[in-house]
Amino acid sequence: MTDAATEQKLDITLTVNGVRRTASAPARRLLSDFLRHDLGLTGTHVGCEHGVCGACTVLLDGEPARACLVFAVTAQAHEITTVEGIGNDPANLSPVQQAFAECHALQCGFCTPGFVTTITAYLDENPRPTPEEAREAISGNLCRCTGYQNIVKAVVRASEIVREREEETR
Amino acid sequence: MKPAPFVHHAPRTLEEAVAVLGDVGHDGKVLAGGQSLIPLLSMRLASPAHLVDVNGVAGLDTVEVADTHVRVGALVRHAGLERHEGAAAALPLLRQAVRNVAHPAIRTRGTTVGSIAHADPSGEMPAVTVLTDGVVEAAGPRGRREIAAADFFTGPLETTLAEDELVVAVRFGRLPAGTRTGFVESARRSGDYALAGVALAVGLDGEVVTSARASFVSVTPVPDVLDLGPALAGRSARDLPLDDVVELVRSHVDPESDIHAPADYRRMLAAELTRRVLTTTTTPTEGAA
Ligand SMILES: Cc1cc2nc3c(=O)[nH]c(=O)nc-3n(C[C@H](O)[C@H](O)[C@H](O)COP(=O)(O)OP(=O)(O)OC[C@H]3O[C@@H](n4cnc5c(N)ncnc54)[C@H](O)[C@@H]3O)c2cc1C
Ligand code: FES
Ligand code: FES
Repeated sequence: MTDAATEQKLDITLTVNGVRRTASAPARRLLSDFLRHDLGLTGTHVGCEHGVCGACTVLLDGEPARACLVFAVTAQAHEITTVEGIGNDPANLSPVQQAFAECHALQCGFCTPGFVTTITAYLDENPRPTPEEAREAISGNLCRCTGYQNIVKAVVRASEIVREREEETR
Repeated sequence: MKPAPFVHHAPRTLEEAVAVLGDVGHDGKVLAGGQSLIPLLSMRLASPAHLVDVNGVAGLDTVEVADTHVRVGALVRHAGLERHEGAAAALPLLRQAVRNVAHPAIRTRGTTVGSIAHADPSGEMPAVTVLTDGVVEAAGPRGRREIAAADFFTGPLETTLAEDELVVAVRFGRLPAGTRTGFVESARRSGDYALAGVALAVGLDGEVVTSARASFVSVTPVPDVLDLGPALAGRSARDLPLDDVVELVRSHVDPESDIHAPADYRRMLAAELTRRVLTTTTTPTEGAA
């Protein structure tokens, strides 16, 4: 085993939310920790650190992925979108964020970033989910507070908001 | 919950990957999608000194459909195989099974070949590999070789792959015309590892069964094939001896008890799922190959 004290550091360059950022970190740095500790993007939350809870979900090239199951050094090849990139202004929420607020789909909010990224990507693929499909879409994310009912409603509501906003801009 | 330090290798070609593995394979691991390996590293159940990250290796990310097989490269993600129309048309079982692997956010990174190399008896794709008489293509310092599925899996998380070898691709055999396939599993939440699952291939001549084979998920220590042909061949699909099949499955599987379910329950589940998938697969219109 390599000694932690003498561990080699790498310059890791990632494109996060459209911005290229470089930081020095060891090869074992998980993407979740790289975002939070090295880049200061604390919107991505870390729950279980073994792929089960979904709190750390980010988008890699637009597709949802567990940031705790990707090394930052491997992620260099991809465009990363975190929850900050989906919406970072309370006055200008993304459709999914607005739906969460309207439907009371969060309580403590710990799980919310992972739900927002997951659902944002899901609606790109399936813009008109039924409640059953919405339930299926969030089956990989855990929430300890809400009991999920309002999150299911928020998925459906978010799809409506997307359409409402499209109509407004037409 | 952080991995121990390791040296990261990022080969760009297969030749480089094989060379690096030859040097460090005795104390290293291949890193593909990381969806099984990184949890093991984070929990410090494994702490290899070297990781050979193959994600940048060119030419490993293709699915090729040939007359006799579907060849899936080592960097094809579960999600890529799931989406591949040519593969689904040539061998419907691939899509039928891969949709049951984990959650979408795991399937975008995890590779199908990685799950076969990992050889978890709870994996869906090892079961598909044996049912389709798959062939594992390996490359290492001693050259390339092909390993038949039946000779590949030796135990839970154990295979005959050497530590300095890389799986380049897996070829899933296409099934004869007229074969129908089905896949079902049961898990507490969709996307979780199955409590039990079954993959089935049935040959039909009109309404008459000509062959039937099954393999299982989470209920056998290594994926292997149960030949249901002796019980079913020559029988009409409208009049199958389902109780005999249930008995055959019950005596074939050998599940273990864990916190998710006792062995008896898993055995019952495997038998019942086989009964159901056999019924749906032999009724017209579903899963024709
Ligand atoms: C929450 C969660 C749920 C999951 N549920 C399921 C499930 O229901 N069913 C299921 O089947 N899987 C499940 N998985 C695992 C997932 O399918 C993995 O993607 C897969 O098992 C391993 O593929 P990988 O590419 O991620 O491999 P890695 O994690 O990178 O590697 C796994 C092992 O295989 C070796 N390996 C990988 N590729 C190669 C290669 N080309 N040559 C030689 N060795 C190689 C590695 O060295 C390592 O030992 C789940 C994972 C998580 C985190
Ligand atoms: S922290 Fe990554 S899935 Fe739980
Ligand atoms: S709102 Fe608290 S965990 Fe989901």
